[in-house]
Amino acid sequence: MLAEISRNLINGDGEEVAALTGRALGEGITARRILDEGLIGGMTVVGDRFKAHEIFLPDVLMAAKAMYAGMDVLRPRLVRDGVPSRGRVVLGTVQGDLHDIGKNLVGIMLRGAGFEIIDLGNDVAPQRFVEAAREHDARIIGMSALLTTTMPAMSKVVDLVKQEGLGAKVRIIIGGAPVSEEFAQRIGADAYGFDSAKAVDLVKNLMSEPGHEAAS
Amino acid sequence: MSRIIPICFSDIAPERHAVFEHQGIPAGRAVPAQIGALFTTAVDLLNEIAVPVGILADISIAEFEEVYQGEGRNEPQTPVADILPLADDLALFAATLGERVSREITDRFKSGDLAVGAMLDAAASVAADNLAQAMQDHFCQALSENGRMDPSTGVLRYSPGYCGWHISGQRRLFEDLHPEQIGITLRDSFLMQPLKSVSGVLIAGPKQIHDFEDTYPFCAQCKMHNCRERIRSLLSR
Repeated sequence: MLAEISRNLINGDGEEVAALTGRALGEGITARRILDEGLIGGMTVVGDRFKAHEIFLPDVLMAAKAMYAGMDVLRPRLVRDGVPSRGRVVLGTVQGDLHDIGKNLVGIMLRGAGFEIIDLGNDVAPQRFVEAAREHDARIIGMSALLTTTMPAMSKVVDLVKQEGLGAKVRIIIGGAPVSEEFAQRIGADAYGFDSAKAVDLVKNLMSEPGHEAAS
Repeated sequence: MSRIIPICFSDIAPERHAVFEHQGIPAGRAVPAQIGALFTTAVDLLNEIAVPVGILADISIAEFEEVYQGEGRNEPQTPVADILPLADDLALFAATLGERVSREITDRFKSGDLAVGAMLDAAASVAADNLAQAMQDHFCQALSENGRMDPSTGVLRYSPGYCGWHISGQRRLFEDLHPEQIGITLRDSFLMQPLKSVSGVLIAGPKQIHDFEDTYPFCAQCKMHNCRERIRSLLSR
């Protein structure tokens, strides 16, 4: 049953994923197992194939939509059973910038990997990132910028995280066309993710550091 | 004097291979029928909602030198600075697909229609590039009609934010061209709205003036180097 959910997710069949998820719950399979082995299991295969260039972005997005269909069925049971996510990530495009496709794709991939995403949208003021991380007890702040003129806002967020005493708890990952590894190091960000697949791996690594595990 | 130029969607319709490349699908790769259908959906939608329009204004070299100086933040040596003294005719341009395209992309993502949203975004990006080409073609036609174009003439476009022309150059360009006449505005971050908009300068002169190497100091940071293909294409005509 769980393998069937994964297979249909990989094929982008949201209707079947939703139906099978409902059936799996009806058969007494726990929400946790359906999530981990069925839905996330399927998206993990999708992510691996994407990284290996066996499939491409449209395939990933169709699979993600299928996963969301399954999650819509599963969510009430996850809440009832108190199943935690793998961790909370605050995402946004920095102040002055409206480009959000890259940020959206990172969010989709992270949700597919079982993370909870607090998406602040675009044109996000530096303070808002920090407030959201505190409010939602997030371990990661992810920022996107597609203009060189908006990149300095990333540095402001890094400084604010330290000033507000969250430096030991919150890690910062940045991305976007003009952003680089060198820039990330210069401003004191914790990681630079050049594409959505890499960003997922980075978040997993950062989240697995001692002290940065998901809040329960 | 600026002139507003309505553009037909058919003149800028995005090519399938270009949209797929934008989505990371290599040229020549066979795609499943589902992805082909996504492309068709996205382009049909784009055709329905895009309102492509441009604005063009002839400008003298001396006037453009002032525009190009902008806020004094350009790189010390740039292709445009090297090309300008050798140019014959110039025009400022801006063009847009319209605000509805940006809104539709956002709405598709918000409603969970992810694959269509992303394909629409890619199609719109390719169409915006084609829009810049359409403005270039229009400029070339105007030059021809005025006897300012012959087989040795080459026209290429250059935009703020690329090739050492600092993105703050948008501000002075906007002050001269007034693209708000076609619904394009500039934020303090020098971001154009609607997002699927293009702007820059069209430079006409002997083709060879556009033949530069990507060895300027800032070229090392460039991730695209699509100047190579543009120059190659121009010189091969």
